[in-house]
Amino acid sequence: MVEFSKRNARTWARMGIRATYGQALSGYAAENPNVLALSADLGRSSGLDRFSKEFPKQFINTGIAEQNMVGVAAGLARSGFDVFASTFAPFASMRASEQVRMNMGYMQEPVKLVALGSGFAMGFLGNSHYGLEDLAVMRAIPGLTIISPADCSEIYKTLEACIGYPKPVYIRLTGAVNCPIVYEDDYEFTIGKAIWIKPAADITLVSSGTTVGHCLEAANRLAEEGVTVGVLNMHTIKPLDTDALDLAASTASTLIVVEEHMRTGGLGSAVLAHFADAGNPGCRIVTHGIADRYGETGNYAYLLKIAGLDADGVVDLVKRETANV
Amino acid sequence: MTDRPVVSDLQVREVIVNTAFNCGESAHIGGSLSMVELLNVLFGEVLKHRPAEPEWPDRDLFILSKGHAVLGYLAILHLYGYFDADKLATFQTNGSDLIAHPVKKLKLGIESSNGSLGQGLSFGLGLAIGMEMKDEDRRVYVMLGDGECNEGSVWETAALAAERGTHRLCAIVDENHFRNDGANTTYANKIKLAGIWRAFGWNVIEIDGHDRAQIRDAFAAARAHEAGPTVIVASTIKGRGIDFMEANNDWHHNRITSAVYSECRRALGLEPVDG
Repeated sequence: MVEFSKRNARTWARMGIRATYGQALSGYAAENPNVLALSADLGRSSGLDRFSKEFPKQFINTGIAEQNMVGVAAGLARSGFDVFASTFAPFASMRASEQVRMNMGYMQEPVKLVALGSGFAMGFLGNSHYGLEDLAVMRAIPGLTIISPADCSEIYKTLEACIGYPKPVYIRLTGAVNCPIVYEDDYEFTIGKAIWIKPAADITLVSSGTTVGHCLEAANRLAEEGVTVGVLNMHTIKPLDTDALDLAASTASTLIVVEEHMRTGGLGSAVLAHFADAGNPGCRIVTHGIADRYGETGNYAYLLKIAGLDADGVVDLVKRETANV
Repeated sequence: MTDRPVVSDLQVREVIVNTAFNCGESAHIGGSLSMVELLNVLFGEVLKHRPAEPEWPDRDLFILSKGHAVLGYLAILHLYGYFDADKLATFQTNGSDLIAHPVKKLKLGIESSNGSLGQGLSFGLGLAIGMEMKDEDRRVYVMLGDGECNEGSVWETAALAAERGTHRLCAIVDENHFRNDGANTTYANKIKLAGIWRAFGWNVIEIDGHDRAQIRDAFAAARAHEAGPTVIVASTIKGRGIDFMEANNDWHHNRITSAVYSECRRALGLEPVDG
């Protein structure tokens, strides 16, 4: 049994997202021989070292061959295994996108495809390694569930929910080491059901992935200034929890979607599409993401800062967007 | 092994031609005709399967990676009893699940959706590894085309299958020497298809893909080879069996008109159809 505690949350946060993924999956594999890990030669970059040594029969390094990894994963998933196949986000979502489409979309083979280092997490590795368009590509594939955990605890929750889950899932991991903590204790996690981190308010931030932690910190700072901000963790980007969004809109005068993804095709697009279908949301909707270009590179903190996606950036964003209302 | 109907290669070709003619649309005829003997020996003598119980858990699995040759595959599935003539008659009609590429439907004996070339072998490898992990005495057969072997993803899978020594995987390449635009020049001169598979560490068996005895022996040898995966590189003639379609790439994807249909029946030595 996984212990969700302040102590573990701090340990996992220090280890970071990718190491936590490997450790969490190893834990579940120890309990369940049906859990398999596939890696396109990024085991060491995803904390799967220990997994591969302790459970060699449950681990396959497919080589640097992402297309094949997805196809093999689909065959294994059809055979009844819980298959977690991982590689960096652009390679999972774009190099192998047609394999995802045929196997996980068209055939609905229940592979769990884990996109490592999405968003800006790869820092100095540069735009070739960033996952800034992956949601746009994956969202377009029918029948694919998309989850982006908010912190390390939520990685455990996501994996737990995905084991035995009969549908294909794209798991988008943003964040790096020293990841912001959102959850310090155990909590209820259900695929497709967004979670209020701070209750719906006149200004509400909607986010997913580790950006949720930055939104939380921004909301805490704004609270000190007397500004109440709601924070909604939309961990499941597809299917979107439209009930939670409707509640957010009915309470807010300004709804701000914050995401570590191009503004094209990501969470912001999904939220806007929902309200375009559902009718007048009764509030202003702002989407904040990455500009439509391949920008400069640097370390993760720097990239989040210049994109206005760290806590400082979100504080400024809220002030800017509410100044004239 | 359960009783199976005796299906002649001629019957398969007749069903291919009839179905293509009846649908009134262009269909992939050449690449369906080239693999008739390969598929017929496989389903008639090799594959462990129960058409009356298509989801029988102990069955061997067949994947048509060269998905465009679905017409030959559907003819085989029909003749072995997976579905009746009425169902087959829905081929390429609006709303049917029997279209120009396989659509996964286990109840019809179709294990996998294909059509995007270069993907079936990796899915098949996953299935074969799954059988190994579960210690199941089953095998996976994947039919590819030589044109399809242009896809790089084929070779990603070939490498991993050889590395792992996955002997439950058997690939068959229907090498009919053509692709969409004409002759498959890739493997015509400087590099040979069988040589590439050999270089990738596979057990390679080269045969005449229209010689039933050679096909039978090749499948037996593949089964006996437990050191790794086997590929049967079968040299075939695209359009085989209908003289004016043989090695004539106009029949890669084309429509059989009434006049052509009469010619097809003549070429197959079948009675003309009145009217």
